[in-house]
Amino acid sequence: MKLRPAQRDVTIAAIALIAILVIPFFHRSPAFEDFIIRLSAMALFATSLNLLVGNTGMVSFGHGMFYGLGAYAFALTMQMTGLPLPVAAVLAIAFTSLAALCVGAICVRLGTDYFAFITLAFQMLLYSLIISWQSLTGGDQGLRGGLPRREIFGFELASQLHLYQFCAVVAVLGLLALRHISASPFGQTLRMIRDNENRASFLGVVLWRARLWAFTIAGGFAGLGGVLAALFVSGAYPELADWPNSGQAIFAVMLGGINSFLGPVLGAAILLALNDVVTRFTEYYGLVLGIVILAFALGLRRGVLDFLRLAWPRGSK
Amino acid sequence: MDLDALGACLTTPACVVTQTTSGLIVGMLLFLVAAGVTLIFGVLKIVNFAHGTFYMLGGYVAYTALGVTDSYALAVLSATLAMALFGVLFERALMSRVYGSNVLMQLLVCYAVVLIFDDVVKIVWGPEFHAMGMPPAFQVPPLFIAGGVVPPFYAVLIGIAALIAIVLGLGLSMTRLGKTVRAAAINAQMVSALGVNTTLLFAIVFAVGGGLAGLAGALAAPVRSLSPGMGFSILIESFIVTVIGGMGSIAGALVSALLIGMVRGFGTIGFPQFTDGLIYILMIAILLLRPQGLFGRSS
Repeated sequence: MKLRPAQRDVTIAAIALIAILVIPFFHRSPAFEDFIIRLSAMALFATSLNLLVGNTGMVSFGHGMFYGLGAYAFALTMQMTGLPLPVAAVLAIAFTSLAALCVGAICVRLGTDYFAFITLAFQMLLYSLIISWQSLTGGDQGLRGGLPRREIFGFELASQLHLYQFCAVVAVLGLLALRHISASPFGQTLRMIRDNENRASFLGVVLWRARLWAFTIAGGFAGLGGVLAALFVSGAYPELADWPNSGQAIFAVMLGGINSFLGPVLGAAILLALNDVVTRFTEYYGLVLGIVILAFALGLRRGVLDFLRLAWPRGSK
Repeated sequence: MDLDALGACLTTPACVVTQTTSGLIVGMLLFLVAAGVTLIFGVLKIVNFAHGTFYMLGGYVAYTALGVTDSYALAVLSATLAMALFGVLFERALMSRVYGSNVLMQLLVCYAVVLIFDDVVKIVWGPEFHAMGMPPAFQVPPLFIAGGVVPPFYAVLIGIAALIAIVLGLGLSMTRLGKTVRAAAINAQMVSALGVNTTLLFAIVFAVGGGLAGLAGALAAPVRSLSPGMGFSILIESFIVTVIGGMGSIAGALVSALLIGMVRGFGTIGFPQFTDGLIYILMIAILLLRPQGLFGRSS
């Protein structure tokens, strides 16, 4: 049976989701569930960045600002209003997308290097705002006091199992939506801009508008990742918006492969797993991670999935 | 925000002198680091994200060398030479393998080096902060300029950095090597085709950049504490300096490093909580009004 690409994507997503949801019924492992919860946030974050980096050729060093913004917007809405969780999440994503639209409107016309640096500058500006606006954000201590009323449709998200199920569903749906966007004509347009922006421009594509849309969408999905992160830590911390966090997303994208849709998800999983395993054996996590990164960068010279796809190309086209 | 305090400071000569000096210290150290970043970018079109590591290692090497030789001059010299050598090794062993690949691949290699050496420093010198202390030669009463206190070491630091700026500027514009470097910045392939050994040239550029960062680390050691993460923060600021001044411009690096230094010096009085924010706003404003930077050539 031959499936249409969209049907194939939905089928793969459904199988993956069912597999993740079934595992706890056979075997409960807090460490594994913890891992999936963190991975769901990180995977959305990294994949949304790859919509810019891999699809459009826009290298953003400041993508963490939308991750942090999503987390803070969501946590603050939950703490300050009586709105139910889904409404607060949607508001947080809308707010983050709006912020991405504003930042993008200023940045997307700049050349590659300057785009990278100005996004970094905006991220650091947000970070210093979070640190200095103590009355709202709690400064460098972060938003504490936990998130109230963490239940949704009868799920009590304070329970790890329910949070695990919730995060898995949200992440898979989010990734599916991103996949759909990247496979759509709009996604094709973005790849055309990446490969040859002059030709795209001649063919009538308004470059800045397509880039701005990509930036806004990517910001919104990073915000969704931030919402999951806020649920996991039950609050928000300035580190979520700091630049090493953007770096993590860039490494996830690079380790997994920028030309494969699931590359960033794999990269995020590798980074998180490395973190979990290595910190158990040594306090010198950076040393090990650095050597692994060097081996990837100088050995494979591309991300894992990209490497595998080059090594074993799928049948002749 | 405390504009009254800023106004009061600006009308008091003593306060102006003190804040200007501290701004100059920040600015000159930044210049030494950023000059290397901008030189390497100008010639190789590579953004060296590992440059902060050179600075950090320079500080630690000077710390150890001072303990061994008991001479601050020797400590500064050894830090400079060690980091020049380190720069060459870094370029030959790692960066030369990713020339021409994706910017992100270069970023990845640099960040790996940052991670590795942050931990190497923790292993060799320990994770705690180290204070080098003022070298004995400078443990003398401070100078008083218009009522402001200026420690003699500050004056020497500023003098050395200013001297380096002059030597670097003259060297680039007057000497044969400097002219070759500038030619390579415009078209490295053509320079290579004309018979210049560009491989050697690239190594020299990394040696100069590394040496300057090592010098900055050694000069910073007596006035700042040494810690494994110290390279990270100066890296971000030296990028800001490079971007504001114009990527590849030494004069731009000097002017914008001093600008950032002054924003830091006086910003701590007017906006104690938001000094960093001021700098980022400055960077965003310049990128928008003049994307090529203050002294950059428009492409």
